[in-house]
Amino acid sequence: GAMGGSASLIPQDLLSEYQELTFLSKQEILLAYKRFSELLPKEERESACSTRVPKSQILTLPELRANPFQHRICHVFSTSETGDDSMSFEDFLDMLSVFSDSATSDIKSHYAFRIFDFDDDGTLDRKDLEQLVNCLTGQGEESRLSSAEMEQLIQNILEESDIDKDGTINISEFQHVVSRSPDFASSFKIVL
Amino acid sequence: RASQQADTERLSRWKKWRRTSSKSLKKALSEVKGLSSYLVLWQRDIHSIEGKFGTGIQSYFSFLRFLVLLNFIIFILMFSFVTLPIIISKYGIFNSTIAYISPKNIEENCTIYEPSGNKGLVYFYTYLKDLFSGTGFLEVTSLFYGYYTIDAVWISIMRYNLPLAYLLATFAYLALSLLWIIKRSAEGFMQNLVHDADPFQSYCNKVFAGWDFCITDPNAARLKHRSLQYELQTDLEEEKLKQKIAERTMKEKLRIYSLRIFINIIVFAILLGCFYSIYRVTVFSQENSNVSIRNDTGTDSANLLVQYLPSMVITLANFIGPLIFSFLIRFEDYTPAFEIKLTLMRCVFVRLASIGVLLLSLWSQISDCGTDKCKPCGYNYKLYPCWESDVGQEMYKLMIFDFIVILAVPLFVDFPRKLLVTHCSCKLIQLFGQQEFGISDNVLEIIYGQTICWIGTFFSPLLPAIATIKYFIIFYVKKIILIHTRKPAARPIRASGSNFFFLVVLLIGLILAFIPLGISIARIPSSKACGPFRNFNTSWEVIPDTILEFPTVVQQILFGMASEAFAVPFFMIICIIMFYFIALARAHKQVVEQLREQLVLESRDKMFLIRKITEAQR
Repeated sequence: GAMGGSASLIPQDLLSEYQELTFLSKQEILLAYKRFSELLPKEERESACSTRVPKSQILTLPELRANPFQHRICHVFSTSETGDDSMSFEDFLDMLSVFSDSATSDIKSHYAFRIFDFDDDGTLDRKDLEQLVNCLTGQGEESRLSSAEMEQLIQNILEESDIDKDGTINISEFQHVVSRSPDFASSFKIVL
Repeated sequence: RASQQADTERLSRWKKWRRTSSKSLKKALSEVKGLSSYLVLWQRDIHSIEGKFGTGIQSYFSFLRFLVLLNFIIFILMFSFVTLPIIISKYGIFNSTIAYISPKNIEENCTIYEPSGNKGLVYFYTYLKDLFSGTGFLEVTSLFYGYYTIDAVWISIMRYNLPLAYLLATFAYLALSLLWIIKRSAEGFMQNLVHDADPFQSYCNKVFAGWDFCITDPNAARLKHRSLQYELQTDLEEEKLKQKIAERTMKEKLRIYSLRIFINIIVFAILLGCFYSIYRVTVFSQENSNVSIRNDTGTDSANLLVQYLPSMVITLANFIGPLIFSFLIRFEDYTPAFEIKLTLMRCVFVRLASIGVLLLSLWSQISDCGTDKCKPCGYNYKLYPCWESDVGQEMYKLMIFDFIVILAVPLFVDFPRKLLVTHCSCKLIQLFGQQEFGISDNVLEIIYGQTICWIGTFFSPLLPAIATIKYFIIFYVKKIILIHTRKPAARPIRASGSNFFFLVVLLIGLILAFIPLGISIARIPSSKACGPFRNFNTSWEVIPDTILEFPTVVQQILFGMASEAFAVPFFMIICIIMFYFIALARAHKQVVEQLREQLVLESRDKMFLIRKITEAQR
């Protein structure tokens, strides 16, 4: 049915190239192609491999719709030169590959660091951590922590993870802390 | 992409094949799981509840499902071994007959038992009254102990020893419940142990790995946000509290400890008050309802009220107790988690001990040898010719009243409250607000019902069937209440912890049920006028009697097992094994501590090296 139809739309050499470069299996790539082309209007579906989907469309996917980090995810995985965070099919596959079951924990923690780095400066400082916690507790005034609680929480986080005591968390400290975390591998996962 | 390319190129062909085959195996297993979910009772309903209200509330409903299954199996057990042979013989299937052995060496007076099963024309109202109080026409049915006044059933040429079967079926259902609960709690126990062990980096773990990226449903996302917020807030609060406790001065400590002792005394006094009132009410109810039944006077509705008085008082105590406890515990200044646990333990105690007090007062009535009424038979044969049926009736009444209360409260309290809150926007009513689904209260309710069922099944073999139907209906009632009148809890509860807690309380209920049953079976003389144990002193005597019929070798082995020569070494061996396991657990804990210290040292080494590197770079 649809599976067979879309298989003919991705040339075989491209398919095997994708299998090599990502952690996804053939079925997962085909499913991703199907879901990606559904985001495009009917006329553009033929050339899905080379079109870019605007961010607003990507965010309608159920997997991203309820995610508080949806904007960061689009920003990190988008290779768009115009900075509008639109995603091509290869960006989409990249994202699914990092979030798949078979991705290594190194890859996952690398991308998690980039997603949590809200100001894109290469380190997680106090402001980044504050925004991160606010994303976790939800939108709305009554779901935020008070400033005293936030201060205490950020103090505790830095105590646990900041090894060189410079007040920020760099990539290696982050990867060190995450490798000790028992829940990270199972929570940092998206399955279509 | 470049890094991924490098990564995947390093994998050999073999490893790739292994990876793909393990992935397809995982897919196949998940398909099988998906199919089997259709077979499990209520799987879809519980799944949807989990999605909308969280795992804490879902654990309540799966607990309810567990109880429905347990009661159903107990009913099948009792029915097939106790009731079925009698039904077969009453209809003469398989050439079966019933054997009655008249009791020897027993006074005439003890064997007189005339239950007033309705004969002739009676008002419909009497049927209703009998249905609710278990007397009249219901007393002579197979629902109660009195029906089983049979000593053996002959099926063709086989002799089916009914008394033995009755006793063994009782032990079997108790053992089955015990094993099933222990098996279920074993999984929860391990999770609890792992969780309790102070996690190494709890804050980092919660913040960096807290969000589950698999969530697709906006409702589930909202729940997750709320539970994350609650968890972070409680952790921070507990940390602050721990600091405060560590900084307490001697004077403050003295003040708090004396306050706690004082409040515990108050709690104790309240409990004593409750128990005493239950005792008095039971005695009153037994005396007055007995008189009316025997004299067949009018005022039946007042009689029914008197009969249900113990149940009402117990329900009242179960309602007021928790309110008082949750008010008092605020003064004791514990950590929030401990507060919840302590209040729950106190409520559990009130609920389960009140059943015990009821039974105790019943027995005091049964063995009340006021004017030398007990000598011939060992119990008060004038008022209680068939005392097991009476106890069964009390348990039956407790169960029916419990069911009525569970159905009535949503009807008369929750739905009107919801209507008021939605249609009347006056400030006072909005202050009351919509109620949350109090998981612990609901769980205690059903555990209370289950304890009644366990105790009552010996006296009323078909009680588990009533319990199964009751819990079945309660599932749908609670589900409707939940969806229509409750808002999701502001304080989401961790599921694994609560699951284990429910099973522990259920286990306490079961062990508490052993005590009255043990006393009834082994201590109190069985009634000589009815029941399968007419020809024995106590119900337990069936077993020694049967053993005496075994070949001598088996007899000697069994008596040897019960003697001291066997029991003492057996006990010593069990003690040694227990000490071994305790020592093993302690050794494991020490190893975990050492590994944890090593981890800290490792990170310090890393710190030192990074500092050296940054210095060298400057």
